Amino acid sequence: MKELIPLQHFLYISIILFSLGVYAILTKRNTIVVLMGVELILNSANINLVAFSQYDPQLLQGQMLAIFVIVLAAAEAAVGLAIILNIYDKFRTVNLDELDTMKG
Amino acid sequence: MNLTQLLFYCFAAVVIGSAIFVVTTKNIIYAAFALFSTFFGVAALYVYARADFIAVAQLIVYVGGILVLLIFGVMLTNKVSGQKIQTQERNKIAGFIISLAIFLILLVTIQKANFSGISWINEIKLKGQELDPSTSTIHAIGIKTMTDYIIPFEITGVLLMMALLGAAYMARRDSGTEKKSD
Repeated sequence: MKELIPLQHFLYISIILFSLGVYAILTKRNTIVVLMGVELILNSANINLVAFSQYDPQLLQGQMLAIFVIVLAAAEAAVGLAIILNIYDKFRTVNLDELDTMKG
Repeated sequence: MNLTQLLFYCFAAVVIGSAIFVVTTKNIIYAAFALFSTFFGVAALYVYARADFIAVAQLIVYVGGILVLLIFGVMLTNKVSGQKIQTQERNKIAGFIISLAIFLILLVTIQKANFSGISWINEIKLKGQELDPSTSTIHAIGIKTMTDYIIPFEITGVLLMMALLGAAYMARRDSGTEKKSD
């Protein structure tokens, strides 16, 4: 069977998403946008896993790992947003530069 | 290049374009909605990598769950009346340089990597045994979840329950502090 899409092209898309996620984490001041950057990075990792998994039809290890990554991303988003809501309740802001008190 | 391949690059353009919009726009609501199309596009890329179940799971979990949670978070952590919901930025130049450096390092690595020399991929290609796009992977994934991956599966179940209970407990407004602030 002829190869439809070369493996490298998946990897190129994935590294673009990864560096965009790193940029969002480094530059944004709003906590929720930082969480969006984390989601972008998790997605880029998943693209890699799934792209390699198409050459592994017996074991499907990449796809299985990708499922667990998706589940953990959901748990991470839920806990992260709960923490952000708590922070907002206490400090009335989610700006990372203003959150500099511990045990506030 | 046939139509299927052309569509792949269209989806890739959607993914990359909307991801760039997510990180460049100042309006958080716009960023959340651009993230919608990023996740949709990534689901399409999964289909091209012959992972139909992962694509559907991506749609359900990311688009249906995580994004709604994010938008809830945006709504609950901003004083909506009056001012615009925006995010400020800092270290723009340093952040750009660092992420560009990471991008270039990975790009060079991928271009120097010898993909035609990976033996297990070549073996599968030679036999023509790649994942068959005409058959669904759900059957195989279901059997694997209940045999090889049963322990990770159960642990993930416990972890999800803990995470969701913990999140619900933490997000609950504490009645004690509320009285104090009143």
